[in-house]
Amino acid sequence: MAASDAPYIFLTLIAPFLAAAIAPLLTRALGHWAALPLALVPAGIFAFFCRALADVQGGQAITGGYLWVPSFNVSYSWLIDGLSLTFVLLISGIGALILLYAGGYLKGHAQQGRFFSFILMFMGSMLGVVVSDSFLMLFIYWELTSITSFLLIGFDHSREASRRAAIQALVVTGGGGLALLAGLILVWNMTGVSTISLLIEYAQAVKASPYFFAALLLILGGAFTKSAQFPFHFWLPNAMEAPTPVSAYLHSATMVKAGVFLLMRLQPVFGDTAAWETILPVFGGATLLAGTVIGLRQTDLKLMLAYTTIASLGLLVMLTGFGTPHALESAVLYLIAHALFKGALFMVAGAIDHEAGTRDITRLGGLWRAMPLTFAAAMLAALSMGGLPPFLGFLAKEEVYEALAGSNPRAIAFTLFAIIGNGLMFALAFAVALKPFIGTERDLPGGHHGAAAGAETGAPPSALPGISPSRGEIGKRHTPHIHEAPALMLIGPLVLALAGLAAGIFSDAFHATFSAPMASAIAHEQRSISISAIPHLSLPFLLSLATVALGVIVYLLLDRAREAAAAALESIGWGPDQGFDQAMRGLVRGSYIITRRIQTGRLETYVMVTFIVIAAALLVPMTTFGEWPAAPLWPVDAGFHELMVFAIAVIGLFAVVFAADRLTAIVSLGIQGFAVAVIFMLYGAPDLAFTQFMVETLSVVILALVMTRLDLQPSDHRHGFERLKDAAIALACGAGFAALLMRAVQVPFNNTLTDFFNQWSKVVAHGTNVVNVIIVDFRGTDTLGEIAVVTITGLAILALIRIRVSGDVKPADNDPERSA
Amino acid sequence: MAKPKPARAPKPDPAEGQKRSPMRRGMDTLIFRTMAPYLTALMVLFSVFVLLRGHNQPGGGFIGGLIAASAFAILGIAQGVSAVRRALWFDPTAIAAAGLTVSTLAGLMSLAADVPFMTALWVFPNIFGTEVALSTPMLFDIGVYLVVTGAITTVALALEEREDD
Repeated sequence: MAASDAPYIFLTLIAPFLAAAIAPLLTRALGHWAALPLALVPAGIFAFFCRALADVQGGQAITGGYLWVPSFNVSYSWLIDGLSLTFVLLISGIGALILLYAGGYLKGHAQQGRFFSFILMFMGSMLGVVVSDSFLMLFIYWELTSITSFLLIGFDHSREASRRAAIQALVVTGGGGLALLAGLILVWNMTGVSTISLLIEYAQAVKASPYFFAALLLILGGAFTKSAQFPFHFWLPNAMEAPTPVSAYLHSATMVKAGVFLLMRLQPVFGDTAAWETILPVFGGATLLAGTVIGLRQTDLKLMLAYTTIASLGLLVMLTGFGTPHALESAVLYLIAHALFKGALFMVAGAIDHEAGTRDITRLGGLWRAMPLTFAAAMLAALSMGGLPPFLGFLAKEEVYEALAGSNPRAIAFTLFAIIGNGLMFALAFAVALKPFIGTERDLPGGHHGAAAGAETGAPPSALPGISPSRGEIGKRHTPHIHEAPALMLIGPLVLALAGLAAGIFSDAFHATFSAPMASAIAHEQRSISISAIPHLSLPFLLSLATVALGVIVYLLLDRAREAAAAALESIGWGPDQGFDQAMRGLVRGSYIITRRIQTGRLETYVMVTFIVIAAALLVPMTTFGEWPAAPLWPVDAGFHELMVFAIAVIGLFAVVFAADRLTAIVSLGIQGFAVAVIFMLYGAPDLAFTQFMVETLSVVILALVMTRLDLQPSDHRHGFERLKDAAIALACGAGFAALLMRAVQVPFNNTLTDFFNQWSKVVAHGTNVVNVIIVDFRGTDTLGEIAVVTITGLAILALIRIRVSGDVKPADNDPERSA
Repeated sequence: MAKPKPARAPKPDPAEGQKRSPMRRGMDTLIFRTMAPYLTALMVLFSVFVLLRGHNQPGGGFIGGLIAASAFAILGIAQGVSAVRRALWFDPTAIAAAGLTVSTLAGLMSLAADVPFMTALWVFPNIFGTEVALSTPMLFDIGVYLVVTGAITTVALALEEREDD
């Protein structure tokens, strides 16, 4: 690819968003067949980026982009190397298959167009994440994947479980995204560079910085939440509430790998340090074990797959940070293998659910006769997941053991982790891919077609054995005829499973094209991979045999293993999933208590607090800095008429305070205001005087109208202490303003602005009224803002007046305990 | 936003005055009711005059708008809100919104002339032998006038409005 390709790259990056915009219309016109033209978009992206494969063979990168906010050095720029490219091809390739699958899976669903739109938006966001070079662009796309994931998990929004799962995923991954933003900004400040391609050159500066550890933790916060690492893993199983195409695409093949992607991307910067090589393997290893053990307990096909996905992500994180030769290579191989087999297995699980009407493994059996092609795809994927030759999964597992095995305690410990994890994953792979198809045929609820296809039979995350999802009784009324999944739903799993087989057989070509450039890009140095599917007697092969043996044993004893896992987990009792609910409840409760305390709903309190703050803001600084004004002199040069106006103002003031009823007080306030306006006029501010007259008039009229409207008691009801307190606050405010004004006129007057406006008002703005020229010309933009405020205030007041409160509504009556 | 209510003859009910607010009762004199339309018309005329002279002498859109709003408030007190709504023809919120639009457009016009937003543009056409100064600041000021008139009239009329009006 050449530099002249930049516009085309940009076009491919926004193409999914454009397709998302037309997807609903297309679906209205073509029904579920809209999947075909829509799948052309990711297929086209796939084909376009295949052209770039040759350009990144030796670890080079394609960069380019556009300036976005030049003043902040922010750009829309991409970095496409072996790592990005492999991800781009996975996202677009699997994306095309998922669109076809969704066409069959959600056939007849009323919201299918919306679904296509969401999943295309997600695709565009995910593509953006993996090609971003600029930090901010990465962050924006990163959060966009969280938001689109939220929309997809909550797709079936009429069910509460869906909504909860969607909010949980958004809070966890979106919150992690904010940590990532903080981390990236910290790195930006440490090095002064804002693109990943440049940052890699500054790796030494980052490692030497005192903020290294803080930046690392923040970035890991983003990566671990996105990739569901322990203890943030809980959102992923709940996300299985989403329709199965979403689980297959976002929550196994692509989005959850964004965290791993980020770690791989930053490996040259943060890698090769003690912190990196401790935190990543420890958390990854913990996730691996936790994922497989909890997965063992499940009976729902999708939940079993979800927990093995968590385990696989843990393995990937562990390998990325392990730091031995072959570690990165094995991570690369495992990542690609996992995307292929797990995507296929999820689609198989969806097909079983679609045709048989349940995903409960204890109720499924004997489906191979009815669904031979689905069975074939499931077996091909499971063989890869189990790590048997000649599948890609086998290559990956050999390379994993090559990287981990060693004689030091660290290597032995993590090798043990990997054997247990891989062995349990082997068992789970065949539990998902084999159990439902073999054995005796069962009495099953039968397929759900047509409009009902959209509703998921999602069991709750803590699905107990024996409790089967909803549709059981309904299906039994007619004899179910279970048959093969439609063609649209078969293409995806078959293609992915066969790709895993092909990659294992033609391993040399696969390494040269995909895995070696990707590993080189991650390591930021030339790497080559030579592992092939031909079994060869070596330590990794023996460890593989041990893994398979463990897996077979667990598979045969699956029911007992499930009980053991359930018992072990029940003895712990509490998990982060409940913790999340407790934290959210605490947040709501805490907000409520604070709001109750601050927002009493009594206008008197608000006004009193406001005026106390104003008085303090005026008086405290003047006292602290000794800036009290000098006592004013008696205005000796004031004429008699001027003194009279002063006197009227003071009389008005007393009239307000001693007025018998409220209406008199308001009108008396007008006396005082008019007197001030006259003072303005006498002392050379006609514009101000003019405005003051009008404002005073209108204030009196509006205040009087408000008074009559509110039906207040005609006279003041305050007495005793309350009167004294309010008088003190009023005096403090008044004294503060008076002192401030006196102090302001006692400092030497700076003439710059006056001179400027006097000089230029007539010349530039053709006006002699400087005040007005400032309002409409020199500072016109300010005025525009002000009149917008005036308009909005008018509307707000109108809304307030129009509110009709009926009954006795207490203020702030929104106690979460009661409303819940 | 309430639509202007249909025209309706004043209620002949003699007891009506008793139900009204103290303020309305106090102001409800024959002289005031008769004079109010003329006073309002004069004030609106004056407000336009104040608006237009603003560039060179005390005045401008803000003050003009306040005067016009007081004029409508007075008419509302004297003859009821529906009379004002009929006389205004447009809803006061719509007047405020139109003013904001006019002011924004006045600022945007400078973009068409390839100068930064809100840069003043002037033309001096010769109409019937008189040189008339027309400018975007003037248009802007008219927008300010309409916003202030509309927003304050909205508030005043809403406050004057009663269920029985």
